[in-house]
Amino acid sequence: MSESAGHSTSEYIQHHLTNLQEGHGFWTFNIDTLVTSALLGLLVFGLFAWVARKATSGVPGKLQAAIEIVLEMVQTQVKDTFHGDSGAVAPLALTIFVWVFTLNAMDLLPVDLMPMIMGAFGVHHWKAVPTTDPNLTFAMSLTVFFLIYFYNIKVKKLGGFMHEVLTAPFGAKMAPFNLLFRVVEDLAKPVSLALRLFGNMYAGEMVFILIALLPVYLQWILGAPWAIFHILIITLQAFIFMILTIIYLSMAHESH
Amino acid sequence: MNINATIFGQAITFAILIWFTMKFVWPPIVAALEERARKIADGLAAAERGKQDLAQAEQRSNEALNEARAKAAEIIALSEKRRNEIIEEAREEAKVEADRVKSQAQAEVAQEILRAKETLRDQVADLVVSGAEKILRREINAQAHSELLTSIRAEL
Repeated sequence: MSESAGHSTSEYIQHHLTNLQEGHGFWTFNIDTLVTSALLGLLVFGLFAWVARKATSGVPGKLQAAIEIVLEMVQTQVKDTFHGDSGAVAPLALTIFVWVFTLNAMDLLPVDLMPMIMGAFGVHHWKAVPTTDPNLTFAMSLTVFFLIYFYNIKVKKLGGFMHEVLTAPFGAKMAPFNLLFRVVEDLAKPVSLALRLFGNMYAGEMVFILIALLPVYLQWILGAPWAIFHILIITLQAFIFMILTIIYLSMAHESH
Repeated sequence: MNINATIFGQAITFAILIWFTMKFVWPPIVAALEERARKIADGLAAAERGKQDLAQAEQRSNEALNEARAKAAEIIALSEKRRNEIIEEAREEAKVEADRVKSQAQAEVAQEILRAKETLRDQVADLVVSGAEKILRREINAQAHSELLTSIRAEL
């Protein structure tokens, strides 16, 4: 697609970074993000549930063993970081890791594959990687943010939580500063979570698009190493999102 | 970077996935893992028990073997002793028997000798009488001289 007629380079890039949108103003829906993330979620969690339903405590099959490895990795991380009743936190961490990993993995598809397939059906824009859409990353981080407050109030009760907000870390005399610190700290959590994932994936996708602009016979020189490196990136980003969520929720459970 | 209503849709999808994982993915797999861990622990314990049982059985069999060996040795020693006793008894008996046969034979021989002497004596007496008859050239009245003859016979 490097020199297709009628498309300038910037148009090509712009085309690849435009979502398929429906609606006006704020009430716009990025159809590609919604459909891809929901479909992949359905697929991968359906697979997990299917394996889980017929999970045996005897000798596991290869698929079950693979899923068990992922699950035990998550369980170990939660156990190491999170002290207390981890009933809901561990499944949440697994959901985050698996979903983000799967969505990130869309990055490894050739950048033109999904737009071409969808183009054949008359759809003009299709961003294949949902995690390059800040709507998705912010939706996840804000859900985590909501859970942080939910557990803060559930564990410490409203009074205990307010007391902590006003007295930590400088003591009661410095209450306004404590409050200010707390606001900044808590706002930084969802913003950093969402922007880290979005930034990494967006930049990675951008590099793939730029590589796709090279002559066909040169693309593999940069494309292959970048894709291989990206296997690390997509796993790492999924892992970071998961581990930070565990840490934030662990902090919500513990008093300062 | 444009934030729009997609964020709600994604949050709902995310929430559904979390709920789904909590209900259908996490518990069965964790249950299977815990069950397997328990099975492995049981298996290891059983193996350990089996090992101990084996060691005990080995010890018991060794003890039984040693006991049997000792008993066999005892029996052999006893039988050897008994054999010697029997041989000794037989020898003793044979000796007694031989002595008896020997003394019986001696007695018989003595009797034979006695009988031969008697016979000899009778013959000598007859010979003497017939000799005396011849010498005297006359018939001796056996009845009249029986006393004499008897005394002679006694002297022989």
